[in-house]
Amino acid sequence: MPALLEVANVSKSFGGVAANVDISFDVQPGEILGLIGPNGAGKTSLFNSISGEVTPDRGEIRLDGRRISGLGPVACARLGIARTFQVVRSFDSMTVLENVMVGAFSRTARAQDAMAQALDVLGFAGLTARADTLAHQLTPPEKRRLEVARALATRPRLLLLDEMLTGLTPTEAASGVQLIRDVRDRGITVIMVEHVMEVLLPLVDRAVVLNLGRVLMQGSPQQVVRDPDVIRAYLGDKYAA
Amino acid sequence: MRGNAITRRRRGELVVGAVLLVLLIALPLPIRDVYTQNLIITTILFAGLAQAWNILGGYCGQISLGHALYFGIGGYVSTLMFVNAGIPPSLGMFAGGLVGGLIALLVGWPCFRLSGHYYAIATVVVGEIGYLLFLNWEFVGAAMGVYVPFKGESFIDLQFRTTKLPFHYVVLGFAALTWIAAWLIEGSRWGYTWRAVKDDPVAARSLAVQVFPSKMAAAAVSGFFTGMGGAIYAQYVGYIDPDSVLSGQLSILIALPAVLGGVGTLWGPLLGAAVLIPVSELTRSYLGGGGRGIDLMIYGGLIVVVALARPAGLISLLGVRSQAGGADIPAKDADARAA
Repeated sequence: MPALLEVANVSKSFGGVAANVDISFDVQPGEILGLIGPNGAGKTSLFNSISGEVTPDRGEIRLDGRRISGLGPVACARLGIARTFQVVRSFDSMTVLENVMVGAFSRTARAQDAMAQALDVLGFAGLTARADTLAHQLTPPEKRRLEVARALATRPRLLLLDEMLTGLTPTEAASGVQLIRDVRDRGITVIMVEHVMEVLLPLVDRAVVLNLGRVLMQGSPQQVVRDPDVIRAYLGDKYAA
Repeated sequence: MRGNAITRRRRGELVVGAVLLVLLIALPLPIRDVYTQNLIITTILFAGLAQAWNILGGYCGQISLGHALYFGIGGYVSTLMFVNAGIPPSLGMFAGGLVGGLIALLVGWPCFRLSGHYYAIATVVVGEIGYLLFLNWEFVGAAMGVYVPFKGESFIDLQFRTTKLPFHYVVLGFAALTWIAAWLIEGSRWGYTWRAVKDDPVAARSLAVQVFPSKMAAAAVSGFFTGMGGAIYAQYVGYIDPDSVLSGQLSILIALPAVLGGVGTLWGPLLGAAVLIPVSELTRSYLGGGGRGIDLMIYGGLIVVVALARPAGLISLLGVRSQAGGADIPAKDADARAA
């Protein structure tokens, strides 16, 4: 099966600091890919490149074989890439429903249609009861759900989740995991950045491990946890077998 | 269905708007006093101008302190067309609006690349440039300004000498038009995406909202109605010069009712104008003169009090939530600071 997303030799530096160095991997349609690595490994930078927020210095990113790097966030969103943010960004003066409608307006110009689609997505994300609440009044886990709902309203093919489960209680994280599975079952490919390994590894089909801006290794969750390089990067040399 | 809350709210707004319109149609009928008539006309005109400002400043969050430029240019365009080509101001005001909108686009093209306070500062400078340009431009009368010749009473020329009543209905029509424009925008894709741009441009971009074009569209609409208001004002006072229609003080006067009433709300600009313009006029006529500026002190003090006590605007007293400013966000922040 041809890859949905191809990241090919992507490098990106910020003021002399190399955030990403020669990163390459593919994402298959319908898979959940985990992007993991210690703090400062370059995960969020890579997300910013894939979502079009920044342009890689070298290499390119392709969606369905078509180059998307350098097109900017609006074009990437139109082509079917949606994202959430590590630090939640909600439209705080707007209600939950209105937030999601902004996403839906990327596919329709009619307010009636946008509202119907937004309500549908809110039902899917379990936020129907909060539709008329102002976004800034939501609890942190609800805000994360709102970001997912808003992203889904753009009808993406690829969803980028940046630490969506971080900082949640185990119960909240479990329901977040279920939401991500439901998203995948809708046929949407997911790439997720996460620190919480024990939550992430059972969920993902494959993981790419970044360290110091480079791909350390990629493979199945089982391969990742056994890899001596990964253990060294996370825990230090003395734990490496 | 949850979405009905939005539909219900919007219907309610239309009903309140219609009732308000009927009241304002009846309001001047028993009034014979010219001073009061003038006060009401000025208030309604500024309610319309503040609403026009609100479309850009409130919904899209781009604080302009140079709106007198669009106002003045709208006034000059319509007046010069009337004086030099005999084109009636009832048509000329649309031309004035179009040029006002066009100028707003020209200003926006470089200035929207700046964000936050820098945009506001740039608009101050641009407004001042416009003022100086007109002050020295012979074709538009330079510092002498332009007199509007009287060609007889008519709605076509927007000229009335014997009574102010027709002007009441002209400015009321203008204010109603800006209100309807704001109401329509609120319920449309523009309204939603503009508010998203105001709240968080990065998140908006990630949802395929085009940030720069959104600001430009909001500026064009805002500039159009402001220019139209300038054209009407020129016919009302019969004489314009750079000091009366292009001054920086006027830019503040256009923005202030919206800011004080509640930015990004349908009613804020109206409420702000209804409070601000009469207070400004009354303090000036009772306490002005003598050169001690007591009227301005009271006026300024009032603004400070409102800004401190009700940062979301007077409208928040009525429990109306801001469509863009987040009526209870600033209030909550203020509480947090006080705690």
